[in-house]
Amino acid sequence: MKIAIKGVRGSIPTSSPETSFFGGHTSCVTVKEGDWQLILDGGSGIQKVSSPEGTDRVDILLTHLHMDHIQGLGFFNPLFDPSKEVHIWAPASATQSLRVRLNRYLSPPLFPVHIRDLPCKLTLHDISNSSFEIGPFSIVSRFVIHPGPTVGFRVTCGGAVMAYIPDHEPALGPKGLLNEAKWISGFDLAENADLLLHDAQFTQEEYMGRIGWGHSCMEDSIRLAEFTGVKKLLMTHHDPLHSNSKLKEFLALLKSKHTGQLDFDLAREGIEIELG
Amino acid sequence: MASYEIEIILNRQLADCLSIPVFITDTAGNLIFYNEPADKILGTSFEDTGEMKVEEWSTIFKPLDEAGAPLPPEGLPLVNTLSDQLPHHKVFWIESLKGANEKISVTSYPIIGRNGKFLGAVAIFWNTQDT
Repeated sequence: MKIAIKGVRGSIPTSSPETSFFGGHTSCVTVKEGDWQLILDGGSGIQKVSSPEGTDRVDILLTHLHMDHIQGLGFFNPLFDPSKEVHIWAPASATQSLRVRLNRYLSPPLFPVHIRDLPCKLTLHDISNSSFEIGPFSIVSRFVIHPGPTVGFRVTCGGAVMAYIPDHEPALGPKGLLNEAKWISGFDLAENADLLLHDAQFTQEEYMGRIGWGHSCMEDSIRLAEFTGVKKLLMTHHDPLHSNSKLKEFLALLKSKHTGQLDFDLAREGIEIELG
Repeated sequence: MASYEIEIILNRQLADCLSIPVFITDTAGNLIFYNEPADKILGTSFEDTGEMKVEEWSTIFKPLDEAGAPLPPEGLPLVNTLSDQLPHHKVFWIESLKGANEKISVTSYPIIGRNGKFLGAVAIFWNTQDT
């Protein structure tokens, strides 16, 4: 399967030469295998996603409904194409359906078109701690620590595994990241994955002033990846205030301090990774 | 290895921040976590014991009624919560590790996850020094 990074920024898109090296679009990643494609999150990066030839089916898997993960939906052409069969998979809430919650954004005054008026054939799937299949992909979703219903995904295809947890604070608590697998949020998703895309919005120093916001520092992201035995970590959900030079500086510092075997890097828009 | 549900993990993290004794069990009553203030009640620490089977940790307590008679398990809040998945509260006595009877009040509540699934239970022990 081929993973393509379309959006790496957390919170809000940025548009500046100072952030363009890593990219300014909010969360979006595609996973392709043959004619099948998964779109992970609908941040502004979804504008750059095109559908594979020969299929009218579009699957969008949302980790949660915070704005930086759905703001691109209203500008995604397949939603306005009556020939497209669009499936949106997103975490269930205890009180309201996915349709009701998505409709808060896809309705006036925030958006001119009601979700009920979208021309595509739209199917909404409320998911939780779920396992499901889409074409050649086996997908597991699990709730993870982040404000509001939020899941991460583990996608398996042809023996390769990628895990996607862009908004996650597994170190929340007085003792930080615990050293027991069953007490770690997201462990099952990331365990022994070939590739983990994980939240790393803050530096350690920044994180100390933002505990409970639902995000990780780069150091915790690396710790989680090492503990779960992933082969490669791509840190994502970059803070909008982190410029190209700052991110490069952070990465160089992390590399200089790191003594383990983990292969880690910062996610960058436009890169593609082939797994399996 | 399967990790606990987020609701359980977050309850542990909360318990870790509190200065009152908190016990967390799975749906079968096995003790899967207790915080440091609970050490004094159990006479040991979670770091030392790890998780404890229900038959193991339930014998540590000797719950008593007002007259000093042993309380049956069905008279205890946590047992009731595990049975009916509802919150319970009760004041009773326990024989302390020093052999004296201590009056305590216990509040227990079920952990019902986002999907409505019963995931475990929490018991909070409150120090009761009045009446």
